Amino acid sequence: MSAVLDSHDHVEHDHHSHTPTGWRRWVYATNHKDIGTLYMCFSLTMLMIGGVLALLIRAELFQPGLQLVNPELFNQLTTMHGIIMVFGAIMPGFVGFANWMIPLQIGASDMAFARMNNFSFWLMVPAALMLVSSFFMPGGAPAAGWTLYAPLTLQMGPSMDAGIFAMHLLGASSIMGSINIIVTVLNMRAPGMTLMKMPMFSWTWLITAYLLIAVMPVLAGAITMTLTDRHFGTSFFNPAGGGDPVMYQHIFWFFGHPEVYIMILPAFGIISQIVPAFARKKLFGYASMVYATSSIAILSFIVWGHHMFATGMPVTGQLFFMYATMLVAVPTAVKIFNWVATMWRGSMTFETPMLFAVGFIFVFTMGGFTGLILAMAPIDIQVQDTYYVVAHFHYVLVAGSLFAMFAGYYYWSPKWTGVMYNETRGKIHFWWSLIAFNVTFFPMHFLGLAGMPRRYADYPMQFADFNAVASVGAFFFGFAQVFFLLFIVIPTMMGKGQKAPQRPWEGAEGLEWEVPSPAPFHTFETPPKLDATATKIIA
Amino acid sequence: MDMMKRIFNKLAATLWVASAWVGTVAFTAAHAVSDLPGGPAVRQLNLHPPVTKIAEEQAWLHWFMLILCSAIFVAVFAVMFYSIWKHRKSVGHKSANFHESVTVEIVWTIVPFVIVILMALPATKVVVAMKDTTNADLTIKVTGMQWKWGYDYLKGEGEGIGFLSALDSTQREMSNNGGPKAGEQVEDYLLKVDHPMVVPVNKKIRLITTANDVIHSFMIPSFGIKQDAIPGFVRDTWFRAEKIGDYHGQCVELCGKEHAYMPIHVKVVSAQDYTLWVNDELKKLAAKADDPTRVWTAEELFARGEKVYTTNCAACHQPNGKGVGTIKPLDGSAVVLDADKGQQLAVLLNGRTVALPDGKTNVMPSWKQLSDTEIAAVMTYTKNNWSNKTGQLVQPSDVTAARK
Repeated sequence: MSAVLDSHDHVEHDHHSHTPTGWRRWVYATNHKDIGTLYMCFSLTMLMIGGVLALLIRAELFQPGLQLVNPELFNQLTTMHGIIMVFGAIMPGFVGFANWMIPLQIGASDMAFARMNNFSFWLMVPAALMLVSSFFMPGGAPAAGWTLYAPLTLQMGPSMDAGIFAMHLLGASSIMGSINIIVTVLNMRAPGMTLMKMPMFSWTWLITAYLLIAVMPVLAGAITMTLTDRHFGTSFFNPAGGGDPVMYQHIFWFFGHPEVYIMILPAFGIISQIVPAFARKKLFGYASMVYATSSIAILSFIVWGHHMFATGMPVTGQLFFMYATMLVAVPTAVKIFNWVATMWRGSMTFETPMLFAVGFIFVFTMGGFTGLILAMAPIDIQVQDTYYVVAHFHYVLVAGSLFAMFAGYYYWSPKWTGVMYNETRGKIHFWWSLIAFNVTFFPMHFLGLAGMPRRYADYPMQFADFNAVASVGAFFFGFAQVFFLLFIVIPTMMGKGQKAPQRPWEGAEGLEWEVPSPAPFHTFETPPKLDATATKIIA
Repeated sequence: MDMMKRIFNKLAATLWVASAWVGTVAFTAAHAVSDLPGGPAVRQLNLHPPVTKIAEEQAWLHWFMLILCSAIFVAVFAVMFYSIWKHRKSVGHKSANFHESVTVEIVWTIVPFVIVILMALPATKVVVAMKDTTNADLTIKVTGMQWKWGYDYLKGEGEGIGFLSALDSTQREMSNNGGPKAGEQVEDYLLKVDHPMVVPVNKKIRLITTANDVIHSFMIPSFGIKQDAIPGFVRDTWFRAEKIGDYHGQCVELCGKEHAYMPIHVKVVSAQDYTLWVNDELKKLAAKADDPTRVWTAEELFARGEKVYTTNCAACHQPNGKGVGTIKPLDGSAVVLDADKGQQLAVLLNGRTVALPDGKTNVMPSWKQLSDTEIAAVMTYTKNNWSNKTGQLVQPSDVTAARK
């Protein structure tokens, strides 16, 4: 991986001989590009691990009856698949994009706190090791679901404590990362780069960073209370001592709902960069995009109760959370409309980034609509905790967040690696992923409507056919990502492929395309002079 | 060229075999099974056929949302795909330059806003109806436990009935052995319970949910209900089933390793059948409590008798059996020591009024409300406790005979 990055290092070596090399370069990394690379390698690793867990789940569910795993291990698999994908793959993936792209987009020389940046990455490694190794601890991995509902967590073995500690570390890492992003964006923009000229990706991350700072401590509080309930005789959530298990859910989802927007807002940002680039037309309604993103972020704090309609909340509570949740559809719809309007009367081409972006809009909108249907409390009572919900959140997290990251990878990897990915392979990856994704997750809507509960190791015979289809689809989807890793990521990282020009995309705008490909180790060491649109360097 | 053709044919054949295999495994080897009425249907695409008004409303709302959302989806993506088709560089389309319009932005903020309000209105009505658990004809407490359900009939016809309901153990075994074997028809696989909940048709049933250990969730799709069962707390929900039949559900909140193995089965029966069932259950309950035809051992009778004595007799006759004031002692009492059990039995069953020398009366109440077993036990206890050492046993059958 370091081959390509080393090659541009040579250019810089003359006047930056203090830059560490070999393993020290990565362990002591303070350069935002190196840390961005680390984050993305980490994310990709966790994606593969989480994917293996998912495939074990799907293999077990291929037929009714237990064939491969026992129900206890099954619960461990679903729990760890969720935690690893959310905290290990999606979140760090976007932080990787932020590290690489925010300084490049706003004309900053690096992130504001370079050493803290290093620390926030390296905190994740022990956390990930703890999470993955929890399978080998006595009693196995945590098996209470990624939501870690009390009081089931009180019945878990020692790995639960390891899991809680790991999530504390990941939370601390996220908070530090967010502080870094906020300070960088607010203080280190090049002269002339006003907030309202800032690229959408940086904007969405600024908002996301505020969300993270607001809610990660809430999660830390919830899991700390779980920890003291487990070991120190407190009864925050333990009903045996007068605690309230539903209170845990309130606290968890007060974190959890903003969390799902944390995982989708940066995706919106990436799509808002790519669609204009390939439509060769400016983003329609830039200001309204900023306002829509902010509205979604604010609304995210008042909708958590929709995860809890079945807990038996009072009628006013159900109505409030139903209305508030349905309101989220408004700013989200505005975003979709703006993207379509950006494409309208453009001059479009469909290289892989654009394919993934269009695929994102199409499939994410399906997830958005099922979200609207789930927001209706009476319908939610039918499908809550069934496969309908599983389908819904995979439509927004896989076809949403993950596809956006793929789009971002194809869009920006020429800048990172200095070589173009293979376009044919990119297109294969796209179509393969899109089809396999839908084969996997579309039948789950039917399963959910028919009442198949989620987190079930075995199920009635009537659900067999759709489960078999979903399992076949899942394996095809998994292979598509192995293909992506082996035939796209690794070759580009090794510098194989056509040399990338400075601006590989005809319609792409922004400061990242004003520096050579691959981006030199240090960029914008002196603040660049920008033109009136803040997309070009004039001196 | 020939070579290419042969490779192509080989590839096509391989693909064909592979897809045939996938198809076979997925569809045909997937065991022959038919729909389960009141439970899932094979390849069911939508919600269960509703059996309550609420479920009907939910089904209506779902169709309403599905149609509305699909229409919007098709409209938006028709525009997008039209644009993708027409506004491509490869067909020579040049990009326009517009990128802002406050009017358009306002319009497409207000329109979705109005649409979601239109969606929320019918839903509101249903939410209010769902939460109205007043005026129930029958109240049943549902207790979730790892990993079975407990049903206690609290109020209404059948009050006092209580039992546990767990998955049929042969089906649990079947699951461990890899599920039903090919050719085995198990329509209610993982849905069969040993003791279903029974409710009358067209009656409002209020369910109070709680749990013993962790959170469980009680769901019957056909009724449109789902209510978490939370330890330490009670919640409620209700349904009024309008069709006689068997309805199935499962636990829907992750509750540990056997989460998939705690199904719910509700039998909806006619009012007459319900009464029959209730009488049957109550009889069974009474029978289970004490079988008066059983022959008890001396130790059993003595232990049980001590309990009965402490609860019912000791207040007057005193724990030491010596009585107090005008209350007669049992220790050394001729009636108690009498070899003929009939005298003491008669006193216990009918009570006795004794005129005292000062003109007052002393009343020993009748204890016929105690069961035969209880009376037999307490008699045995008094006959063999303190200084009374008669060695006589009284069996419940003696009491039954005396009652006639």
